Amino acid sequence: MTDRSRRHLISVAGSLSALAAAGVLSACGKQEPAAPKAEAKSEPKKPDPLKAAWIYVGPVGDAGWSFAHDLGRKAVEAKFGSAVSTSFVEKVPEGADAERVIRDLAQQGNKIIFATSFGYMEPMLKVAGEFPDVKFEHATGYKSAPNMRIYDASLYQDAYLAGIIAGRMTKTGTLGFVGSFPIPEVLRNINAYTLGARSVNPKVRTRVVWVNTWFDPARESEAAQTLINQGADVLLQNTDSTAVLQTAEKNGKYAFGWDSDMSAFGPKAHLASAIINWGPYYIKAIDDVLKGSWQTGRTIWGVKEDLNDLVKIADVVPDETKAQIAKVKAGLKDDSFEVFTGPIVDNAGKERLPKDEKADRAWKDKVDFFVAGVEGKVPSGS
Amino acid sequence: MNEIVLLLAAAIASGTPLVLAGLGLLVNEKAGVVNLGAEGMMLIAAVAGFATAFGTGSEMLALGAGALAGATAAAVFGLLVIGLNANQYAAGLALSLFGGGFSAFVGIGYVGRKLGDPAASLTGSIGHWLADLPVIGPLLFGQHPIVWLSLALTAAVAWLLYRTRAGLVLRAIGESPESAHALGYPVRLIRFAAVVTGGALCGVAGACLSVVYAPMWVEGLVAGRGWIALALTTFATWRPGRVLLGAWLFGGVTLLQFHLQAQGVAIASQLLAMLPYLATIVVLALISRNPAWIRANMPASLGRPFHAD
Repeated sequence: MTDRSRRHLISVAGSLSALAAAGVLSACGKQEPAAPKAEAKSEPKKPDPLKAAWIYVGPVGDAGWSFAHDLGRKAVEAKFGSAVSTSFVEKVPEGADAERVIRDLAQQGNKIIFATSFGYMEPMLKVAGEFPDVKFEHATGYKSAPNMRIYDASLYQDAYLAGIIAGRMTKTGTLGFVGSFPIPEVLRNINAYTLGARSVNPKVRTRVVWVNTWFDPARESEAAQTLINQGADVLLQNTDSTAVLQTAEKNGKYAFGWDSDMSAFGPKAHLASAIINWGPYYIKAIDDVLKGSWQTGRTIWGVKEDLNDLVKIADVVPDETKAQIAKVKAGLKDDSFEVFTGPIVDNAGKERLPKDEKADRAWKDKVDFFVAGVEGKVPSGS
Repeated sequence: MNEIVLLLAAAIASGTPLVLAGLGLLVNEKAGVVNLGAEGMMLIAAVAGFATAFGTGSEMLALGAGALAGATAAAVFGLLVIGLNANQYAAGLALSLFGGGFSAFVGIGYVGRKLGDPAASLTGSIGHWLADLPVIGPLLFGQHPIVWLSLALTAAVAWLLYRTRAGLVLRAIGESPESAHALGYPVRLIRFAAVVTGGALCGVAGACLSVVYAPMWVEGLVAGRGWIALALTTFATWRPGRVLLGAWLFGGVTLLQFHLQAQGVAIASQLLAMLPYLATIVVLALISRNPAWIRANMPASLGRPFHAD
């Protein structure tokens, strides 16, 4: 190789590697510009609008959890107009980065900050101590502070309603559940799904596969395929992608949408979608701050407050089942019905809730077992 | 019985991207080049494939676009490590990290999008009645045609490497580039061709994940399969047939664990997730004890740059 061509090659490669480095850098830092960008969108019409910020664990376009929260943020914008200026930061990893992002948002003058994933609990608690004048709101956690409170949905109610449909629609008598992590929230959903199904079809069994992730479509679809291969014909999942529904569609089985309306992803397989509508809660929280009536505490809303719901019930579901769903929903709305009402027996035969007793919050927080009808054991230590 | 057949069929489907990527990396390594950028190349190809499938609705074009994207990424790598003798390991790692970020950035608009009706895909072209045959039906005929492609490619790579002159030259370059150079073979050019071919195969594997297997695009969709494919070539002691079996085995491990879970048998999934790597370390340790084995299997100049002077 001549000297000249070698020099030429080096300069080409040099610029290429510079490009590559720039790509890596921009990839690492890409969640940072999101906040200023979103702020640029806000409308500074009146002086001093209330600044509110959200942080999301996923991209806003995930069609699931973070997407639903962002719809709630938009509901706030629509409701309060120029009185409130909102912004968001997406794809914030749970952990050390979250603390930095939350602190940054507080320093930017946000008066209320919503952290929308469980893993933001400790970082938010830490930052809350540093900014006593800022209100902090944490979704799905259990720790609070004088200026940090908790809000949560009751998705297990949706899982119960889905179970009623599943119990009616199953031909094999075997249901499948793709679980993320064996934490109380997810165990509640598996149990509620099974209880719902057994309320209409006492012989139903539920098989569970854990994928140990919230979002890995390939693994989720492998898990769904495994369940189908073992005879499960109606699937529900606690993961965030549409993979389970799509796998059911491919196999001619049934499944549900989770976190948002997923009917488009499996037109034949889709039986209904469990959705969360955070808007009403976010509007209330902002209203509390504007009126000066914000207080710490824990708010758990559900079907009663229209926070979560089971929607888009498919035409293949018989009318009598639809009527039953409506009845259960009515019961949830007027508090005459509770999903976890005794007797509740675990799948080893031990009674966990005495007859006619309704589960309280503390009981639900500590669910660490499968109800009768679910196969297998809850994995320990993971 | 039927459950076992379905489990095997699923393991084959799950292992197919690994077969494709593993074969690509095998071709690389037989020529003496280690490309640690497999994960990055697969990610870039996955997003390119998904975008193409989304735009055109054609699986064929999508797999082609994946191959092209993988080959392009590999060409940049080749330029660095063959043209400029950059360190192969560092350049590969850089490609892997770059691919992760780049694919996420390019793919923002495709997150949560849905591909067209699967009935319009290649699967529909194969007679469904064949898939209903017992045992052999689900194992062979119920599979997506890409599984057949992976079988054909395994045979083709084996034939190319061990039964043709070109394969002999490629292996010679992997063993002793100096000797091959002395005989008048264009070492750099052939290595570059091997790298680009390997990239194209990794690209098909990436597109297969986002278009056929998942099928969707999300950031980090490949989820470590590029690294498993890298481990696979060592596990298979650089033999195409063993790459195929190893890929099915690695694909089967995850599914077996899901299968046992659904049966109610509790096994920590984290434990099984590390099995492919554990198996690779065991194989490495075993073959390293025997110099004859090493000579027979591992390309002698693996990872070493070639200076023609």
